[in-house]
Parts: sequence; C-alpha cells; structure tokens
Amino acid sequence: MVDRREFLKLAGVAGVTFTAGLFPGRQVGAQAGSDFHFVQFSDTHWGYKGPANPDAEHTLEKAVATVNGLAKQPDFIVFTGDLTHTTDDATERRARMKRFREIVSALSVKDVRFMPGEHDASLDKGEAYKEFFGATHYTFDHKGVHFIALDNVSDPAAKLGDEQLAWLAADLKQRKPDDRIIVMTHRPLFDLQPQWDWTTADGAKAIELLMPFKNVVVFYGHIHQEHHQMTGHIAHHAANSLIFALPAPGSQPKRAPLAYDAATPGKGLGTRDVTVGDKVGLLELPVTKS
Amino acid sequence: MHRRALVALLLGSAVGGAARLAADGPAEIRISAKKFEYHPNKVATKLGRPIVLVLTSEDRIHGFKMPDLGIRTDIVPGQETRVPLTPDKAGSFTFFCDVFCGDGHEDMDGILVVEA
Repeated sequence: MVDRREFLKLAGVAGVTFTAGLFPGRQVGAQAGSDFHFVQFSDTHWGYKGPANPDAEHTLEKAVATVNGLAKQPDFIVFTGDLTHTTDDATERRARMKRFREIVSALSVKDVRFMPGEHDASLDKGEAYKEFFGATHYTFDHKGVHFIALDNVSDPAAKLGDEQLAWLAADLKQRKPDDRIIVMTHRPLFDLQPQWDWTTADGAKAIELLMPFKNVVVFYGHIHQEHHQMTGHIAHHAANSLIFALPAPGSQPKRAPLAYDAATPGKGLGTRDVTVGDKVGLLELPVTKS
Repeated sequence: MHRRALVALLLGSAVGGAARLAADGPAEIRISAKKFEYHPNKVATKLGRPIVLVLTSEDRIHGFKMPDLGIRTDIVPGQETRVPLTPDKAGSFTFFCDVFCGDGHEDMDGILVVEA
C-alpha cells in the first residue's frame, strides 16, 4: 500500500494536497491485486480564449510536462470531459479536437482514455468526438478493478438515457457485490447544485444501479474544482480543471469563473494522481512543478 | 380599477415580464428564449397568484429549469410551452437553460421574483 509519504515522493512535485479513503466495503489487506495509479485530467477546454486564463494556450502543455515528470509514471491517464471548448462551427470543433489530440500525444504514457464533456459533444450528439476519440461510454478492467466510463453529455439535456442505463445494468450484472468499481464521467451523477445545473438529469438511476456494490468510487469533472461527496457508501470526487476555476457550489449567485490572479497563475488548476489498492488515494497535482 | 386600465398598467410596468391578464383564467407571463438569453430575463408575480408561463424559442430547443419551484421543460421552436404555476413561497428564483446550446449557454438565465 502506498502511504502519504511514499505518495508525495512518487509525485515528485510540491504544492499538492492529499486525501484518501478506503473502498468502503473492503478490508485492508484483502486480496486486491497490485496497487497501481492513474492520472485524471479534466476540463482542459482547448480553444478557450478569455480573461479567466490568459495562459490558456499553454496550460495544457505545461500539465502534460508535469505529468511526464512524475517519478513513477501512471499505468494510464483519463480525461473526464470538456477536452475542447465549445464552438458552433463544426469545422472549428474538429480543428480544436485535432490540436488537443496533438498536444496530449506528448504524454509519455500512451494508454489514455477519453470521455466527452458537454462542450465536446452536446451540440452534435458526440459526432465529432467519436471521430477523434471513439466511444463515449465503455468499460475496461485493470489489475482487478472494473472501470466504467459513462456519457452524460451527448444528450444536450444531460441525460444518460434509458439505453445507456440498460447497458450499465447489464454490465453490473456481471459483477460481484464486493468487486472494486471505478466510475468515470463528466457531470456529477448526483444533485450537487441544481441551481447551477450541476446535476445529471437521470444520474440518480445510475447511482441506484451502483448501490448494491460495496466498493464504488466515482471520478468526474465539470465543476472545475476539487470536491468530495458521498451518496450513501459511494464516494464522488470532482477534479480541478486546466482552464479556469469555478466557485464553490452555491457560494455566489452565479457560477462565473473565478478571476485570474496574475500573482498566482495556475491557482485552482491541475491534475490528479489516483492510487488504487485497498484504499483510493488522491494527490492533487499543480499545473507546473514549483 | 377597470380591467382595460389594469392591463395597460401592467403592460407599461417597469418590470418587463409583469404578468398580463388573460381574458379568462390565470395571468400569463410570456418569456422568449434565444441563444443565449431569455427575454425578459426578470419577471415578477405575487405570492399565491395563479399564473401561466408562456415560453417560446426563437432559434433552437432550449430548456427552462427553475429548481426552487420544481419546474423543468423544453422550449421547442414553433410552439408555445405553457407552464401553470401558483407560487407558494416568496423570493427570487433563478431559471436557466438546461439544454446545452453553445458558448454562452452557462450565462443563459433569468429570475422570477415572487412578491409577498
């Protein structure tokens, strides 16, 4: 098991925060298979131009370099949506996806899993996204852990939809109650802040399907900040963005981006290193090594 | 007050979306949607007063969601979406588009003021 000290050494970067929790239904020392770690990128919004991030053209490249510099490289990397910033122009949308893909091709780790956000997929129901990145929902297994990527954005009304929910139910039928399951998606599956539309319209149905399983953790993006919440025994962890930070849920009337602070560029931005064993450990990584 | 005079008063209200009296039944509040705004984006009514939100879209499908009052509907171009409502609490309640419509979607919102 990787403890906090080892984790910081593993990261090899300063300015990080650390949280960890057990898979709730799992005993320490249970047969877990090898520990491993992966890195979560989220909400890179390639193509964004605006005052909330004057360094927008370079932030993603810097984060890629930082992750490439980790002392121990992750087994794989996930991107939990909003790879690109939205545009009505279908040609420009594809140009942004192409450039995004070029930038992240510099990652040393070549096992990279993508998911769409509403900025990527909601205007064309995922058509361009699928051309560049493949399926919008899928599963894979890694060292004894079952990963499920859910798409709650290709429907512009932020629904998983009955078809995907049936697919999820069929997949879960093949799992045992104490299997370790990690769900990845873009929007929160629970009602985090309905007044800011920080929900998934039918996310409660997915959570209901997951509830019989003892060891479920959800990673998501969308809200541009680190956030941790439980729904029953299921932990939900939102990741920082790589474009601009958003305010804490309900902390102000509107969900407008937090103002860029030239004195602390990159504040509130970054990626996340996730270690998986009996415990799930989270290490928030800055955009650049300090 | 004569009904015609009252209607004229309401139409001339400083609040763009003040309720208008329908010939019969509850007052109507008309709100038009287009990327990336509602017009008007501030409407008002009174506590306990039955109203109907009459929602239209000028360009594409938008959403209309007001979580505090449990309202959510699509607004489809070419048709009126009518939402009957009798506010049972006073306050300012945000409504917003929950059908992603592009850059600016996140800013597409408005307020219903329910006066006590």
